[in-house]
Amino acid sequence: MQHMAGTLAEKVWDAHIVRRGTDGAPDLLYIDLHLVHEVTSPQAFEGLRLAGRPVRRPDLTIATEDHNTPTLDIDRPIADLTSRTQIQTLRDNAREFGVRLHSLGDADQGIVHQVGPQLGLTMPGLTVVCGDSHTSTHGAFGALAFGIGTSEVEHVLATQTLPLAPFKTMAITVDGQLPAGTTSKDIILAIIAKIGTGGGQGYVLEYRGEAIRALSMEARMTICNMSIEAGARAGMIAPDETTFEYLKGRPHAPEGADWDAAVEYWRTLRSDDDAVFDAEVVLEAADLEPFVTWGTNPGQGLPLSGRVPVPAEIADEGERVAAERALEYMGLTPGMPLRDVAVDTVFIGSCTNGRIEDLRSVAKLIRGRRKAENVRVLVVPSSARVRLQAEAEGLDRIFLDFGAEWRNAGCSMCLGMNPDQLAPGERSASTSNRNFEGRQGKGGRTHLVSPLVAAATAIRGTLSSVADLGPDVEAPDGSPLTDTPAHLQSA
Amino acid sequence: MEKFSQHTGVGVPLRRSNVDTDQIIPAVYLKRVTRTGFEDALFAAWRGDAEFVLNQPAYATGSVLVAGPDFGTGSSREHAVWALKDYGFRAVLSSRFADIFRGNSGKQGLLAAQLAQDDIELIWKVLETAPGTEVTVDLVERQVRCADVTVPFQVDDYTRWRLMEGLDDIGLTLQHEGEITEFEQTRASWRPRTLPAKHLPPVEIRSARPVGAVHGDDALA
Repeated sequence: MQHMAGTLAEKVWDAHIVRRGTDGAPDLLYIDLHLVHEVTSPQAFEGLRLAGRPVRRPDLTIATEDHNTPTLDIDRPIADLTSRTQIQTLRDNAREFGVRLHSLGDADQGIVHQVGPQLGLTMPGLTVVCGDSHTSTHGAFGALAFGIGTSEVEHVLATQTLPLAPFKTMAITVDGQLPAGTTSKDIILAIIAKIGTGGGQGYVLEYRGEAIRALSMEARMTICNMSIEAGARAGMIAPDETTFEYLKGRPHAPEGADWDAAVEYWRTLRSDDDAVFDAEVVLEAADLEPFVTWGTNPGQGLPLSGRVPVPAEIADEGERVAAERALEYMGLTPGMPLRDVAVDTVFIGSCTNGRIEDLRSVAKLIRGRRKAENVRVLVVPSSARVRLQAEAEGLDRIFLDFGAEWRNAGCSMCLGMNPDQLAPGERSASTSNRNFEGRQGKGGRTHLVSPLVAAATAIRGTLSSVADLGPDVEAPDGSPLTDTPAHLQSA
Repeated sequence: MEKFSQHTGVGVPLRRSNVDTDQIIPAVYLKRVTRTGFEDALFAAWRGDAEFVLNQPAYATGSVLVAGPDFGTGSSREHAVWALKDYGFRAVLSSRFADIFRGNSGKQGLLAAQLAQDDIELIWKVLETAPGTEVTVDLVERQVRCADVTVPFQVDDYTRWRLMEGLDDIGLTLQHEGEITEFEQTRASWRPRTLPAKHLPPVEIRSARPVGAVHGDDALA
């Protein structure tokens, strides 16, 4: 990366350099916020213990339990002993090292990438890291946020810094307006299909353009969340009034003079008009349709109106072989319409699409209907706080009346580290982020979709969009239901 | 960290692209709290298949993995590197690595060597024609040698230096602790702190129950 301070990413980077690298050594960057969870931290804390090192800044560190936690019977001992041990290990480490922890049963427990934003800890202009690749989510606020490995978790715990190799910058501009029934999930699935799972490697992506500016904070988080699925280290969106409005009044948001100083600085966090990006990609929002993946990586996606690819028609040998393998695993017939694919399970949740706006848009679409008979529908809020809010708005009743299961918060079936898994051969439409082989359970088959496609699919039993529900059905947005009590609407 | 300058061992051809870290080690194995003992978890979903390359006796003792493009994509789990190391791999060759995987490898002394895809194809041919052939990965010369194939590979200077010296990153960084402290003193007051903790008033979280479960007083209202 050139240090002429032009792009958003470069500005945030430059503001965090503790020590510039010389002779090919990387820059040493200060880390503003370190999020911790139970899976990638035990070995890091053990490393500190062995070296006799403390956590340098417990006051810039926060932990939660999410990957392993059950979404049923959370008030009982966790049945899986290895999961129970891992969570207990985090509790022991948090106590020993003085790290704030939100445990199962606490209102601020939930997926780590929901907890940071909802507490107002995630802000523009920060460096944010976590031992989880979906840390890119926090880039939606104009933070430089990326996933790290366990050795780096230990490094940040010990030093509150990271030596970081420079990265390149890519502008992804989405012009125009999204058609009804398409969402930010469709934008990011289309981007990944276009540039490929390796297309972002070495880059920080910056999403910009009219369609991005029009998105809510939560919809922006969905896009930045999946930057890693294009291979990028991070994704960012410049902060604006939407960002400030989301933050204001949250528990850890700055107050008084600090708020004013922060906003003044945050307004400077945009790429300069003459900034030069190392690569640029442009999409027309008007051309987008509801997207769905057909294969076993997030780049293998197509508009839902399309057909399953025919490998024999793919010229590139590597891609052809990959497509053949994927179709065999997915149990799909080349050339069949994607709309004819019947699913067994619909999963609505994850750090990609488990937030309140996602739950509201699903609830509006399914309200007054029953799910397709043979489909299992799981609704898993991204945090306990989101669950509480959904219940206050009456969404839980809508899910239950529909025939869905309304669960406690966590990562759940996104990666199946808890009991929420697909059986071998079982097929899902999932609002999560990865359709890798076995991701949702050994032998499970995953189609990544938006919350609206998930809801329409749950109604019809086959991959469906809002348009398939009839000409009179309007595509809902994520605003509160009109009969939500007024005092809750701004919550 | 053990120093790495050159390694020679049986090469294992893995003719697949986009081998993500969920394939290298499925999530179910991530529940362990130890840093070693992950060898059984490596490529777990494929190990049951007799045709899988590591199940063929000639390759079973392999220590140099020769993989397709986009190796190590997806999840940041460092367990993927631990599993490869615990199995006995010292180097992975690919034409393209995911950034996080490459970083994790460097921290753990596993060499992620980037080759041209054409050169990977040459090495695959040798290893498939004569299973059990050894591959030499020479970090000093940045060169891979396998039978009559000699090709260069890329690795960044800093990672190469750290691997050759066997240096620990935390120790290196703490040499500059004074600069870290100095930086902290300039930190703006609006930047967040997690402590003292602030949050909305505590509320009781009710537990969801399995569908159809009857738990007497526990049942959902």
